[in-house]
Amino acid sequence: MVVKTSKQRMLEFFAKGFRLDGRKLNEFRNVQVETGISPNAEGSSRVKIGDTEVLAGVKLELGTPYPDKPDEGTIMVGAELLPLSSPDFEAGPPGIGAIELARVVDRGIREAAVIDFKRLCITPGEKAWIVVIDIISVNDDGNLFDAAALAAIAAVKNCRFPEISDGVIDYKSTTEEKLPLNEESVEVTVHKIGGTIFIDPSLAEEQLSEARLTVAVTKEGDLCALQKGGDFPLVEEDIYAMIDLAVEKSKELRKLI
Amino acid sequence: MAFTRPDNRKVNDFRDIEAKAGIIKRADGSGYFRIGKTVAYAAVYGPRDLYPRFLQNPQKGILRCSYNMMPFSGSGERVRPGTNRRSREISHVTEKALLPVLDLTEFPNAVVDVFIELPQTDAGTRCAGICAASIALADAGIPMRDMVSAIAAGYIGGTALIDVSKEEEDYAGGMADIPIALLPRTGEITLLQMDGIMPKDQLKKAIMLAKEACKKIITVQQKALKEKYGRW
Repeated sequence: MVVKTSKQRMLEFFAKGFRLDGRKLNEFRNVQVETGISPNAEGSSRVKIGDTEVLAGVKLELGTPYPDKPDEGTIMVGAELLPLSSPDFEAGPPGIGAIELARVVDRGIREAAVIDFKRLCITPGEKAWIVVIDIISVNDDGNLFDAAALAAIAAVKNCRFPEISDGVIDYKSTTEEKLPLNEESVEVTVHKIGGTIFIDPSLAEEQLSEARLTVAVTKEGDLCALQKGGDFPLVEEDIYAMIDLAVEKSKELRKLI
Repeated sequence: MAFTRPDNRKVNDFRDIEAKAGIIKRADGSGYFRIGKTVAYAAVYGPRDLYPRFLQNPQKGILRCSYNMMPFSGSGERVRPGTNRRSREISHVTEKALLPVLDLTEFPNAVVDVFIELPQTDAGTRCAGICAASIALADAGIPMRDMVSAIAAGYIGGTALIDVSKEEEDYAGGMADIPIALLPRTGEITLLQMDGIMPKDQLKKAIMLAKEACKKIITVQQKALKEKYGRW
């Protein structure tokens, strides 16, 4: 059961620069990244941020390139917020929460050109690799966004091509060949309650969050995707402070993958 | 070498815009917004009863937006009718972009439905939809503390600019697309998305350009309403 925390109490702690669980405002919970957790997947990972747990798996498929990009493969990202992982999630087709999560993770990878799509092409116009990334929530204790993005990039790095025999994938024979990667983007979501910005919300903090900004950051510290969420507006100064914090904290997450 | 815009616009030039209020008579409020060759209609229905009941909020009314591209509206293949993940996300961020200006406390258990339809697109569709919806909400008489304007900023060939066209969006050298919605009077930002690689100092430039543009765009939105209600 989630104990509904009074906003008043939370803000009193924020004013002192702390959170109800004793963390500083710019402090992640313990983040753990484990790869290869599902040997049947071409790539897989488990990310834990505190008690939040997310799995990501990569399956490779052969498909036809898009007509406007005949010499490129592509990625597909799906997210499932399982009823197993929270009393707030229901069975059924993906809701807007899962759709937004998947699309923000997708953009962080696609827009940073993490994967060299041209090198996924086998026969131009006919055959290319499709990298399918599935993200599954196992326990939602806040901050699924950052856990999902980190799990996705960890699974992509962990991915190995299977053999192709007679034009068909032989999933049982794995090669040592990795996906062609150019970049590793990391996403950090910064939240705002009252006048305070902070990262890695607990579930209670996430429920009280007024606005959030997810920032995807490249190795060089450039931005590659942004997504504002929440019911409250942000002013320009908030946005720059949130981006600076996200870029700074992305360095910590990057060390884990 | 600096990026030259295909239609020779300056970085702070947006395409010609046009706005109308009350174009759909059956609706409680409606708006039309065109920027270049991107056209958005918006119709507001409500506040009206919300079903199924479990969606109702006894504290205040809810806002429900639906963004849709007409099947023939895209520059390439036919757009398949019905929702997809893209349109559902845009509907969602559109709600978040408009909600901060609305006061729905007087309408418990009710819904304000906003339908945004695009018959013709040339990039910047979610922003055009938000501009049209803002006009439609005001036309419907929904209590609002301000109006929302929106513009798609971009970062192409090392340059921050506003009102990216489809041709610019497809620029081979890569680009970043930054849709922004804001309240021009206070500068509060209610929608901010970005895809594509850009240095963070250039984002400041893009937001500054968007703010300046929205100050002009809002006067066109307001003029549309004044034209309809001007006799008072």
